Amino acid sequence: MKEKYPLMTVVDEKGTLVSEHYQSEVKEEQVKTFYYNMLRLRTYDKKGKALQRQGRIGTYVPFEGQEASQVGSALALNEEDWMFPTYRDHGATLTFGADLDRLLLHWNGRVEGCVPSLTKKIFPAAIPIATQLPHATGAAMAEVYKGTNNCSIVYFGDGATSEGDFHEGMNIASVFKAPVVFFNQNNGYAISVPIEKQMNSETIAQKAVSYGIPGIRVDGMDVFAVYLAVKEALDRARRGEGPTLIEAVTMRFGPHTTADDPTKYRDQEKIDEKRERLDPLSRVERLMKNLNMWDKDWIKNMEDEIETELNNAIDRMEAFEKPNPADMFDYVFEEPTWTIAEQKEALLGRIG
Amino acid sequence: MMISTVKNQVDQINIEHKSLTLIQGVNEGLKTMLQEDENVLLLGEDIGVNGGVFRATDGLQKEFGKRRVIDTPLSEAGFVGTAVGMALNGLKPVVEIQFLGFIYPAYEQIATHVTRTRSRTMGHYSLPMVIRAPYGAGVRSPEIHSDSVEALFTHMPGIKVVCPSNAYDAKGLLIAAIEDPDPVLFLEPMRLYRGKRMDVPAEKYSIELGKGTTIQTGEDVTVFAWGAMVPIAEQAANEMKEQGISCDVVDLRTLYPLDKDMIAESVQKTGRVVIVHEAHATGGVGSEITSVINDTSFLYLKAPIERVTGFDVPVPLFAIENDYLPTTERVKEAIKKVVEF
Repeated sequence: MKEKYPLMTVVDEKGTLVSEHYQSEVKEEQVKTFYYNMLRLRTYDKKGKALQRQGRIGTYVPFEGQEASQVGSALALNEEDWMFPTYRDHGATLTFGADLDRLLLHWNGRVEGCVPSLTKKIFPAAIPIATQLPHATGAAMAEVYKGTNNCSIVYFGDGATSEGDFHEGMNIASVFKAPVVFFNQNNGYAISVPIEKQMNSETIAQKAVSYGIPGIRVDGMDVFAVYLAVKEALDRARRGEGPTLIEAVTMRFGPHTTADDPTKYRDQEKIDEKRERLDPLSRVERLMKNLNMWDKDWIKNMEDEIETELNNAIDRMEAFEKPNPADMFDYVFEEPTWTIAEQKEALLGRIG
Repeated sequence: MMISTVKNQVDQINIEHKSLTLIQGVNEGLKTMLQEDENVLLLGEDIGVNGGVFRATDGLQKEFGKRRVIDTPLSEAGFVGTAVGMALNGLKPVVEIQFLGFIYPAYEQIATHVTRTRSRTMGHYSLPMVIRAPYGAGVRSPEIHSDSVEALFTHMPGIKVVCPSNAYDAKGLLIAAIEDPDPVLFLEPMRLYRGKRMDVPAEKYSIELGKGTTIQTGEDVTVFAWGAMVPIAEQAANEMKEQGISCDVVDLRTLYPLDKDMIAESVQKTGRVVIVHEAHATGGVGSEITSVINDTSFLYLKAPIERVTGFDVPVPLFAIENDYLPTTERVKEAIKKVVEF
């Protein structure tokens, strides 16, 4: 099956274009855009882990290693497209235009952070596994009803492919030719369970056969390949040709969450070795050096800019107004029912 | 003033009525809203060409087309989830679960998204959608088809639960449910689908959610019921008249939120209560009604509240389903018990 679904790569581990055919994909501005966004995510992710360790936010979900998959896919979208992320895809949402302050508030247990953006159509992260696939299908069908050519992209991991909603969402989308890109990040582990214990099939991409739709297997450490694959799938969807399943083969370098200890179930030294070779940021760095695009001043300025942006956002998160217990009552229904109104009054009466 | 009053009276007289069964009331409600609002659309299994296994959507695909009345794959979680995506993107989906006993695959979608999206987004996204489901025993259905699990949903925050017992209420409540800005589970008593006909206005009307109705007025006992148990409660109350006992029979119509005022008013008048439901006893909506009475009317009670319910067992296969279901006899015994206490 791996022969039938070859890994699509544009830039290899050494930072070399695999084919002259892709020459137009490595224009300097585009390369720098990719690198900037990945570095921004990497820095944000490091800060997230540090904040959790310092007890300044709650459990944090790192995505280090998946920057190419998240940046490449998010940058392929049009402004008006829909994004349905999981809890690990805040990198993709940030790249697409999520509000950094809201993301940080979410990690700090604040409901204000649940909506990633007030302007971009980004659904709050799915916390259950695979439930978001049918949502992407429905939102995409509604776009067709409205007569737009907007699409949905929906993110999910390798573990999600074992859930019923994976099948149900893909099946309905394929039956109705909904303009959806099913974007799988196969990072090899669902918490502790490795992919070979998750499924008996060799690839995730091949599952597309069941739905009569294209299945694409792409090097998820190669931002250029991810971008191209998603762009093509979106173009196809916009032409009314229906959904595509993309498997981005990637790695999670760190734990499942900050509450997880990966040494319990895998040899982290081996992961670190692979990382040396496969890190998606290093790959672009090598490419830029090969193409004489690596400019130390540019890097330094960018690092400073990102650092300042993040530190300011963290300051705002920590200075954010105190949470209001009334919030838990006020948004269950448009108008609170009498039970909720009474309970709210009782609680607020107690705590003043 | 006089002129407008006279005009209203004339309008009332001229209103066109149709004689409908409960399921035709459902059909009329759906049709009215499909005509009224182009964002309304129906999704479900066999609802299009076939018009639904009970014919609730009979003729609607023909009239409104395949885009508005969608035959979905056999995929409860899938099409409820798809409806979530549609509702957050401006459409108003009405999904049909073929039987309430088959809603379980969609339970996760309902518990984790349908009911929470407004809350977790502080109203940025909301899901105006209706989930319709025939429920209940008494029509010799196969296993699982007879479940009556409204309490699983009245317990779940973020969804209203509605259950009509006649054609007029079915149409008016369904229209209100579709117009509601929040998710509604709309339970249809399949046992009453083709029961007695009723005159139902041909025009659009709605019945406010959260409001019960007193279908019989009495002084001695209040009998609470909904859905398929309403005729049972009514029959029992009628037969008790011969023994000189008169009952308020209250059809609650909405199970969340309950009509607290109506419950309190009736209980404070009669002081005696019988609650009838076909769902299992433990944790049933009857327990919640008891709590409302406890909170509002405890000192008015003249006798302990009696419940006549299904048992804490899976609804049995149909050979003995009538032994499971509350009967007029059981309700009469309960009425007698609270009067004689």
